[in-house]
Amino acid sequence: MKLTWWKWLTIALLLYTVVMGMLSEVPRLAILNETIRNLYFHVPMWFGMILILLVSVVYSIKYLRNPLSRNDIIAYESAKVGILFGVLGIVTGMEWARFTWGEFWSNDPKQNASAIGLLIYFAYLILRGSFQDHQQRARISAVYNIFAFAALIPLLFILPRLTDSLHPGNGGNPGFNSYDLDSRLRAVFYPAVIGWTLLGVWVVHLRTRLEVLKQRFYENA
Amino acid sequence: MLLKEVIYLMQKDFVLEWRQKYAFNGMLLYVGSTVFICYLSFSLRFGGLEVPVWNALYWIILLFTAVNAIAKGFAQESRGRLLYYYSVVSPQGVILAKMIYNAALMLVLSLLCFGFYAIVIGNPVQDVGMFLVTIVLGAIGFASSLTMISGIAAKAANTGTLMAVLSFPVMVPMLLMLMKMSKNAIDGLDPSVSLDEALVLLAINMIVVTVSYILFPYLWRS
Repeated sequence: MKLTWWKWLTIALLLYTVVMGMLSEVPRLAILNETIRNLYFHVPMWFGMILILLVSVVYSIKYLRNPLSRNDIIAYESAKVGILFGVLGIVTGMEWARFTWGEFWSNDPKQNASAIGLLIYFAYLILRGSFQDHQQRARISAVYNIFAFAALIPLLFILPRLTDSLHPGNGGNPGFNSYDLDSRLRAVFYPAVIGWTLLGVWVVHLRTRLEVLKQRFYENA
Repeated sequence: MLLKEVIYLMQKDFVLEWRQKYAFNGMLLYVGSTVFICYLSFSLRFGGLEVPVWNALYWIILLFTAVNAIAKGFAQESRGRLLYYYSVVSPQGVILAKMIYNAALMLVLSLLCFGFYAIVIGNPVQDVGMFLVTIVLGAIGFASSLTMISGIAAKAANTGTLMAVLSFPVMVPMLLMLMKMSKNAIDGLDPSVSLDEALVLLAINMIVVTVSYILFPYLWRS
């Protein structure tokens, strides 16, 4: 198996995250208890999602400037991986909320915002599906991708701050900053973010190579 | 130059609307019958709706009206006419003219909707001036985000479904802000309470208009 250095790094970081995430010492806090370990799995999903969707938007912009089908493929595949991260983020978040807030879905602004964010990207997939012509599909879905990302930013970053939320970091709940003091959490959290994001990049990389090969195959066949 | 184009295109849209009055009358009837259906289905012979329900219902009716009214903006233009525009005007002119025209259309529709709604279901609004400001902001916001979406949806096969699917999630932040602002107006709170919401709405509108202005040329080319 011949892997480039960053793939080895991904494997190492994720192994470290899983092992240390499960076994390391964590601060004892009321209500949170052991669920605080979700910090290593739930929060990196959102970091990864935002970063990978950013990649998708960047390649959509690239496609509009220079219509190569490779740019379109990367934009599409990273949007799909972003959706996967988002779904995992919601599922891990709901699981956590069940044990700390008492319910899977408690109409929290952050939960709602992330659900709407996912709806936007599901709509993107539907939009892609409704074109026959390849070039038209690529261009118009790139336009929607950029438009939707611009609409997603106020949703994710501005609105939750204007309303009260149960989510850590809002409305007097113990936030990320108070954990930040604890270097034990930090020592696992940052590698976890990098590791999960790199995993996403790896998936996008593989899928893109596969799609490009497929396209080349059909062109020659 | 751009300004002249925009004014010219807007004039064209208004003249077209005036000549095909059935489309506009259709929208009026849509608003009217939706309000009446709400009235009947809540069986409101005695007493009005509670304030949060009244508020939510009003904006939901407006949302559906907006999606229907603005969806036809690009879909009704024939292929030949679009090609003609392509050769004579700039895409920026087209999108700006459509946005302003749709904002005017939405303003008229939402004011009429408010009037009819107030007569049929009752009017709990205490600060009418602030409520009208909210309606104006809402009309501009709906028009600016839906115009671009209708341009995108018009290119695809199943325009109707796509229009709803693409626009609803994009509209949600705006809709939440509007509902909050209009709730404040209904309760007669001081306008300074709604200042935050109004600023966020303006900021969202700015983002949407700028992004549409930049992106529309690419959409137009296909």
